[in-house]
Amino acid sequence: MSLLEVQNLVVEFPTRRGTLRALDDVSFSIAPGEILGVVGESGAGKSLTGASIIGLLEPPGRVASGQIRLEGQRIDNLPHEQMRHIRGRKIGAIFQDPLTSLNPLYTVGQQLVETILAHLPMSSAQARQRAIDLLKDTGIPAAEQRIDHYPHQFSGGMRQRVVIALALAAEPQLIVADEPTTALDVSIQAQIIQLLKNICKTRGAAVMLITHDMGVIAETCDRVAVMYAGRVAEIGPVHEVINRPAHPYTMGLMASIPDMEQDRERLNQIDGAMPRLNAIPVGCAFNPRCPQVFDRCRAERPDLMPAGATQAACWLHAAKKEAA
Amino acid sequence: MNNPLGHCSFPLWGKAGMGAGLVEQGAGSAGPHPTPPFEPGAGSPPKGEGAGGQPLVQAHDLARTFDVSAPWLNRVLERKPRQLLHAVDGVSFEIERGKTLALVGESGCGKSTVARLLVGLYAPTRGGFTFDGQDAHAAFKGRDARTMRRRIQMIFQDPYASLNPRWLVQDIIAEPLREHGLITEAAALKNRVGELLTSVGLSPLDMAKYPHQFSGGQRQRISIARALATEPEFLVCDEPTSALDVSVQAQVLNIMKDLQKKQGLTYLFISHNLAVVRHVSDQVGVMYLGRLVELADKQQLFSQPRHPYTRMLLDAIPKMHDTGRARTPVQGEVPNPLNPPPGCAFNPRCPFANDRCRSERPQLLNDGGTRVACHAVEEGRIPRD
Repeated sequence: MSLLEVQNLVVEFPTRRGTLRALDDVSFSIAPGEILGVVGESGAGKSLTGASIIGLLEPPGRVASGQIRLEGQRIDNLPHEQMRHIRGRKIGAIFQDPLTSLNPLYTVGQQLVETILAHLPMSSAQARQRAIDLLKDTGIPAAEQRIDHYPHQFSGGMRQRVVIALALAAEPQLIVADEPTTALDVSIQAQIIQLLKNICKTRGAAVMLITHDMGVIAETCDRVAVMYAGRVAEIGPVHEVINRPAHPYTMGLMASIPDMEQDRERLNQIDGAMPRLNAIPVGCAFNPRCPQVFDRCRAERPDLMPAGATQAACWLHAAKKEAA
Repeated sequence: MNNPLGHCSFPLWGKAGMGAGLVEQGAGSAGPHPTPPFEPGAGSPPKGEGAGGQPLVQAHDLARTFDVSAPWLNRVLERKPRQLLHAVDGVSFEIERGKTLALVGESGCGKSTVARLLVGLYAPTRGGFTFDGQDAHAAFKGRDARTMRRRIQMIFQDPYASLNPRWLVQDIIAEPLREHGLITEAAALKNRVGELLTSVGLSPLDMAKYPHQFSGGQRQRISIARALATEPEFLVCDEPTSALDVSVQAQVLNIMKDLQKKQGLTYLFISHNLAVVRHVSDQVGVMYLGRLVELADKQQLFSQPRHPYTRMLLDAIPKMHDTGRARTPVQGEVPNPLNPPPGCAFNPRCPFANDRCRSERPQLLNDGGTRVACHAVEEGRIPRD
C-alpha cells in the first residue's frame, strides 16, 4: 500500500476576477521509503502540491476537490489542530532557504528540543540528547557545542543540515523537501543530497523532492513527476523519463538542459512561455508550444495514460494505442 | 575605433568622475600606484595562441580589498585590529576579441567582484586591466570615462531587480542611448529601440509595456537589449541565467550566442553552473577565495581538470546520465574569507595537501597549455586520469 496517495487534487485561488485553478486534477502516490521527484518550471504548481500535502496552503488558496491520504487516512480536510500533530510527527518539511526556516532568536538546540517535545513523550534531558544525536546524524561536527549556537553562527550548508535534523526530529514517514539545495553551492549541494539519500534510506522515510534541477532528480529519485501548468504531464521511473521521455514537454525540457557530456552548438529551446493561470488554453495546456500538436490536443484535455514505461498526459500515446 | 578620445563628441560636464568617487574610499591599502601602465603579458606567462592582434581585455594582477573593520571608536576601545577582506587577490587573464571567458566558483570566491572591477563599478586596490590596449581604470577616472562605459556594458543576474518597474521598456532601453547622446531625435530613438527588441527576439510593440508585463526570460532579454544599445564590444554577464528556468535559460543562452556571432561581441560570463559554462565559453577560469586556481581552454578544463578544486567541482555536479565514474565525496566548506588558511587556500579540503601547501601560496603556472596554481600539480603528485 502506498504511504501517500494524492487523488484528483484541485487547488483554487478565488480572486476578484474569477477563480484561478493552480492545481488541476493532480494524482500520484508515494510508496514507503520511496523518493519521488517533482520537477517543473516556476509556476507549474510543484511547491503548491507540496504545500497542500503538509497543509500549509496560504489562504485564499484552498483544496477545492480531490483527496490526500496518508496511510489511508484523509488529511486534506483535517482541522488545524489535528493537522499540526501530523505535520512534524508524520510529515516533515524542508524548505529552500535554511535561514528563513529557522528562528534567529533561538539556539538550534532550543528549536530542536521544542520540536521533539511537541511530538514525542520525552523528558527535556532526553530530548536534548536526541537533538545532539540528530545533529550528529546530519553530519554536524562537534554537535555537543554547536547545539547551543544560533542559526547565524552556521554556514548555509550547515544550516540546511540543521533544518534536515528538525524535519527528522519526530521520525516522520514522509518528508516534503521543497528545493532543499537550490540556495546552496554545488559542492555543498552534493553533500546535502547524499545526506538526504542516506538518512532516508537508514530511517525508511519516503521523500517528495521538489526541485527544478534535473541533475538532482537523476541522482536522488526513484520516480519523477513532471509538472506543467498545474498538471502532471508525465510520471514514471526516473531513468525512463530522462532517457526516453514520452511527453513532448519532457522531451523539450531534457533537450534544453546544457549537459556535461556532449557539446552542442545550440540548445534546444521551447519557444514561448508557460501560460498564465487565467489563460490556460483549451485542450492540452502545452498545445501552443508543442511541436507535435494535432487537432485533438486543441479540443480535448488529455489525462495520464500509459506511454512505454512511463505515464504521460499526451494524446500522441492514445493515437498510437488506437492505431495498434 | 582605436582611439576612443577622437569619438568623444558629447559634453562631459562634471559627471565623468562619478564612478571614481564612488569607490575610492575602500581602497585603504592601495599604496601610491595609480594602476601603472604595464606591458601586455609582462607578469603573466605568455600564451601560445595570439591569433593576430592583442587580446581585447587583459587583466593583470587585479586585486580588490574591502575594509570591513569595526568603526574607529570600537577599534580603539576594544583593541580590535583592522580587518581587510581580500575579495579579489591578484587575478590575471586575457580575453580575445569575439571570445568568451567564463569565471566559475562558489559564492564568495570573488567572481562578481571581478565583474564589477571590469565595468568600473569598483576601482582596483592593486593591478588593473587594459581594454583594447588602453588602461581602463585610468580611462574610467578620466575624460574617456563615457567612451569606456559605452564600450563595456553589463548584464545583471536578477531581471526583476535590474529593470525600473516604473519605466516603460522603451525608456529603459533608450536610457543609455540618451545618456551617451548617441541618438537624440525621438523617432530615430524609437526605431533603434524597436531594432534592439527584435534582435533579442521580442516584438517592437513590446516597447510600450512595463517590466511587470513580461516573464523572467523576457525581462532578461530586455536587459540584454539595454546592454546592447550602445553597441558595446565587451559584455560582462554576471550570472545572467541563474534566476531563470531551464527552458527559458536555453532561450537566453541561444540569443547570447547568436548575438556574439553576429556582432563579434566579447563576453566575460560569470556563473556557478558548470554545464552552462561548458556550453557558452571558450576559456574557463576557476576561482577560489579571490584567486584563480585554474585557467584553461574549455575542452581541456572539462576533459582534463588539473587542480584538485576543479576536479571536486566537476565531480560535485549532479549528472543526468550515470557515467559510472567513481566520484570522490566532497568534503568541507569554503573557509571564512576574512581569515583564509595560510598557503594554498584550498588546503584544508584538498586530498593532496602536504606541508608545502599549508605554508607556501602556489602561483598560477603554465602547465601544458593550462595555467594551474597548485603545488601538487607542479610536483606531479596528482595522478592524471
